[in-house]
Amino acid sequence: MTRTLAALFGWLALVSASTPASVATDLIAGDTLPRSLSDFRFFTDGIGQTPNDRVIGYELNTPLFSDYAVKNRFVYVPEGQTAGYNADGVFEFPVGSALIKSFGYLADFRNPDGDIRWIETRVLLRRESGWVALPYIWNADGSDAVLARAGRRLPASWIDADGEAQEISYRVPNQNQCKTCHARNGEIALIGPSARNLNDGTRLAQWVDWTILDRTPADAPRVPRWDDESDGTLDERARAYLDVNCAHCHNAAGSASNSGLFLTYEESNPVTRGILKRPVAAGRGSGGFDFDIEPGHPERSILLYRMEARDPGIAMPELGRELRHEEGIALIRRYIATMDNQG
Amino acid sequence: MKSIAAMATLLLASTSAFAAVHSVEAGPDAQERLQGALIEAQPGDVVEIGAGRFELTDGLSLDIDNVTIRGAGADETILDFTNQVGAGEGLMVTSDDVVLRDFAVENSRGDGIKSKEADRIVYDGVRVEWTNGPDPSNGAYGIYPVESTHVLVQNSRVIGASDAGIYVGQSQQIIVRHNMVTHNVAGIEIENSYFADVYENMATENTGGILVFDLPNLPQMGGHSVRVFRNLIQNNNTANFAPAGNIVANVPAGTGVMVMANRNVHVFENVIEEHGSSNVMLVAYTETFDDPNYEPTIRDVFIHSNVQGRAGYAPDFEGGTELAAAVGGTLPPVLWDGNGTAIVVNDEVPVLSLGLTSPGQSVAEAQPSMAELASDDVPAAPEAVVLPESMVAAVQ
Repeated sequence: MTRTLAALFGWLALVSASTPASVATDLIAGDTLPRSLSDFRFFTDGIGQTPNDRVIGYELNTPLFSDYAVKNRFVYVPEGQTAGYNADGVFEFPVGSALIKSFGYLADFRNPDGDIRWIETRVLLRRESGWVALPYIWNADGSDAVLARAGRRLPASWIDADGEAQEISYRVPNQNQCKTCHARNGEIALIGPSARNLNDGTRLAQWVDWTILDRTPADAPRVPRWDDESDGTLDERARAYLDVNCAHCHNAAGSASNSGLFLTYEESNPVTRGILKRPVAAGRGSGGFDFDIEPGHPERSILLYRMEARDPGIAMPELGRELRHEEGIALIRRYIATMDNQG
Repeated sequence: MKSIAAMATLLLASTSAFAAVHSVEAGPDAQERLQGALIEAQPGDVVEIGAGRFELTDGLSLDIDNVTIRGAGADETILDFTNQVGAGEGLMVTSDDVVLRDFAVENSRGDGIKSKEADRIVYDGVRVEWTNGPDPSNGAYGIYPVESTHVLVQNSRVIGASDAGIYVGQSQQIIVRHNMVTHNVAGIEIENSYFADVYENMATENTGGILVFDLPNLPQMGGHSVRVFRNLIQNNNTANFAPAGNIVANVPAGTGVMVMANRNVHVFENVIEEHGSSNVMLVAYTETFDDPNYEPTIRDVFIHSNVQGRAGYAPDFEGGTELAAAVGGTLPPVLWDGNGTAIVVNDEVPVLSLGLTSPGQSVAEAQPSMAELASDDVPAAPEAVVLPESMVAAVQ
């Protein structure tokens, strides 16, 4: 009897070693706040970020800037289900789905294949009650990441693309700060995975093949890559950049709804987009200037002034940016400089 | 009968068992401990912040309904943001039925305490201060509820805001009472809001004491139905230190009450005195705007029963000195740009009209004359704002 049991356990151990357990859909859909990221089994190797079955890595045409952090993005949709295609906004994900995003820094950005130090992984869990956002901070040894609902500041340093040493106090957002960017009418909403920002010509079809997405029409919309001059006009690239970096708050249902400045890609009213729009509650953020965007005059435009600032009472976005995004600033400067002076 | 009493006792016991008090004391890791309590609180709970100075580096936020944040006193519990490196305000509230009381926020880099889409919020006995006095590098708003229904701000103090000390924007059903606002650009500002009672406050040594404004290109416009009464509005002559570009940067130093682009505003039974520019300024919005839904003039404004003292002796706007010279050395206590309809001033003080005929017209084209705005045909006042029972109970 004992021998049989021992054999059985041995066999079980062998089986579990050869086929790693699948993603813990029940934890995603449940109502607990798992303490460890490993509980979800999104990765098969901890900090190595090797995704489990049905955990699919993806990129966006135009991503959000976060202090030059490297980001790994993954989507998980439970077996037998698919996300619903939506042309205008983000896709409709079924209960039990998750979006997983890790933030880290290359030791040396001149060597993209070199070591990456992952700092945190944020997860968005689709539950019956809606989306829940949770931040997890990686252990020093990279064995696991631990839930940190109150967020934390951690030192981060790296060698940048120009060979300069960079050092910041990296802010892992607290759970409420997740919501600041992800709020739509007070509920948590997705930002990135929209048809237009995922669509690179092949990705949506792949998602359908992998049974992540239910369908993709041939005429799915697409925003350009903000940093590819061969892709779209300057105006389109600038607006894609503002859409991704600003419009998560600056939209009619977002955290900055009271500003009346809405930077969504489809916004058509010039004043609402900032052109000759006066500030309301900018305070020091106005920089002494009269308009969010003064056509032809980036040097007198509040929008650019706040992108360039590092002071937390002035800087935009308010969260997740301590450094200036020099390339983004250059794009928006050109966008405003080449605008017709008449608006 | 006995069993009902027993049941009631049981119910009470179970209610109190659910409402927890989360105590946070000053000391190391205050940021994470305090923010942790604000995240882990359940509806009905109290987050109690002990006496002492809490050194904070990032904004705090509350997103749980029906939570009270309570300190040991506005001079005892100090949330110190002098070394803040992240977030746009000291404390941000985005949930309903929240009570904030008896603590201070000092030197936040942006706004002091902001509440957005936070209905039935109570600010009681709170202090927000920038400790270096008036300075353009101070944060913009001290107490900043916006996009909310039912707002109560009382017994609070705001000092040094580079925009408005107490600013209520795009909200409705508002009471601002028994506060003290000093050394701000605007003491109290009600903007793009409906139904506000502002009473028994003390607004002194600001640039402008109490402002009632409406601005274009915002989700909520058409501000109306505001009562400003029984306030002490005195000596608001601090040089304007707002960063240029902000609308309050245009407020002349020495302004007591300013009504701009608003409707159905009643100003009465206040003491308004010692203002270099004007005790009461009634004006249209003068900037250019592109918003077909915006009305830049004032309408149905009633000024009466105020005690008005000295004013107009040091006008702080272009052409003011010449204007004063032309009318005998000092400007009358009430100044009207000439735009708007149904404006009644029954205070027994002279009113100077600039005689402008359209909003935005240059002051250089003014046709100044003394205006006779007194009338027996007085407009009905907006009804008193009534707060829900839950808010009344919260401050008893």
